Amino acid sequence: MNFSEKVVSKVKEKFPSSVLDVVEFRGETTIKVTPKDIVEVAAFLKTDGELQFNLLVDLTGVDWATRKDRFSVVYHIFSIPNNFRLRIEVPLGAEENIDTVSKVWKTANWHERETYDMYGIKFNNHPDLRRMYMPEEFEYHPLRKDFPLMGIPGSLPLPKK
Amino acid sequence: MEKLKKEDAHPKILQALLNTEVEMIKDDVLDNEMILNMGPQHPATHGVLRLMLRLDGETVLASVPELGYLHRGYEKMAENMNYLDYIPHTDRLDYLAPPANNVSYILAVEKLAGIEAPPRAQYIRMMMCELARIASHMVAIGSLGLDIGAVTVFLWTLREREKVLDLFDKICGARFTTSYTRIGGVAQDVDDATLSLVRDFINQYEEKLDEIERLLNGNRIFLERLEGIGVISYDDAIDIGLTGPSLRGSGVKYDLRKNAPYLFYPEIDFNIPVFTEGDSLARYFVRVEETRESAKIITQVIDKMPKGEVMLNSPKKVLPKKVEIYSRMEELIHDFMLVNFGMNPPEGQIYSATENPKGELGFYIVSKGEGHPWKMKIRSPSMVNLQSLPGLVKGHMVSDVVAIIGSLDPVMGEADK
Repeated sequence: MNFSEKVVSKVKEKFPSSVLDVVEFRGETTIKVTPKDIVEVAAFLKTDGELQFNLLVDLTGVDWATRKDRFSVVYHIFSIPNNFRLRIEVPLGAEENIDTVSKVWKTANWHERETYDMYGIKFNNHPDLRRMYMPEEFEYHPLRKDFPLMGIPGSLPLPKK
Repeated sequence: MEKLKKEDAHPKILQALLNTEVEMIKDDVLDNEMILNMGPQHPATHGVLRLMLRLDGETVLASVPELGYLHRGYEKMAENMNYLDYIPHTDRLDYLAPPANNVSYILAVEKLAGIEAPPRAQYIRMMMCELARIASHMVAIGSLGLDIGAVTVFLWTLREREKVLDLFDKICGARFTTSYTRIGGVAQDVDDATLSLVRDFINQYEEKLDEIERLLNGNRIFLERLEGIGVISYDDAIDIGLTGPSLRGSGVKYDLRKNAPYLFYPEIDFNIPVFTEGDSLARYFVRVEETRESAKIITQVIDKMPKGEVMLNSPKKVLPKKVEIYSRMEELIHDFMLVNFGMNPPEGQIYSATENPKGELGFYIVSKGEGHPWKMKIRSPSMVNLQSLPGLVKGHMVSDVVAIIGSLDPVMGEADK
């Protein structure tokens, strides 16, 4: 049994009801998880003695535009002791919120701010959920598929005199 | 000048700064707590980084970094152009090491498409990556010296960087924005005369680096301004997501060239320099040692470089040669399709990362089988490394903030995307 099968079976064993699907593509493993248990799953992956996914490499969202669950939140985690990278995908409805994992990996703080800024996905219990890049008066979320490439005229506020 | 009111400054940034928990380190009789705005136009913040500092006298109590002044929306642009068109934009991410970004992006696209460049192209890419690492670290070391008052070093390191840029000119035809890689290979082959120039540069580099090191390592001001400044522990460094030299300065042996090898790095013999102190000085030492290892890698790469093609022969995905486009119908059709509609990789999602001078540069691409990505996320090391800044500067003087930023070596083009 290689390491990726071991990770999948351990997560399935611990959270039988929350694992939706497991996808293999180009040698990468993706585990799809329901949004309600994401913090528990994250904490388990980080603290389990064998798995030790101690580095959250990346966290982002995907806008699927036409799917029933409009968004996905995607976590890329790396286990330095085992040299293994894993992707966790969490489908999320257009109006749904998700819990923050910044208590598990501190680095999630800014990644979640960026995801909020770009997609408008709100993270519950986040310590400092402000926009990351866009001005704080900006009303839109630019990486959503319904935001036009050229921008919306007048949406960027001019600096006050 | 009228006093600035709270509403005039960005209220949310200010609120975030006031919300951070602080403990007064010194009991100052003058009670001069102050909010200081540093940047975005500040010579020592390495680009348009803005910091709001809450000060007690000259001691930093809390700080809030503010990003986004160089945000150009590269992720949105990527969703609207085909894979080939995006290569020049990767130059402008970490603009101190463009070839490394080119390679990182193209490896992600090739992984998605399921193709692999010929061995010679991969060896050339490795050589370019390591040259870029030297060029980038030269700026990092020089500007760190410049920030804390050692101006001579900056001139000496830039002289070395200049030689690397001249080599880029010879190899890619551009000194700075190289756009050197193509899907399935590199833009043009390197001839033996250029390779011997690279070898000449490497042969004299060691000696020049020793000279630079003699200037800094024997400089008491330099050492005392960095030693014990901005310390981050082993566990905290991983927790906050540091990568690259900043992480290895804290004793974590995490380098993607060893941990998740790409190109032909497993066949090269090199070490990963690791220092355990976790302070600004350790981060500086890691960079110096890394360029030494890069020089070692380049020598081996040139020795092992095989002869052969530099572009893959895969007509549906890789651009054909220019001569063939003009003389043959089939190639003309393929060129037309690739340029106008793009290469169509299969449906799926991949994440591919390389060890760039600043840290782990990753590309997460979601494909729906079209000529352009459905989504592309750039995992930029500078942005994640900057997140550690509030923790690092806490309790230090304002002048140390500059030294700490210099030791983290952020590039805002990459942090702001």
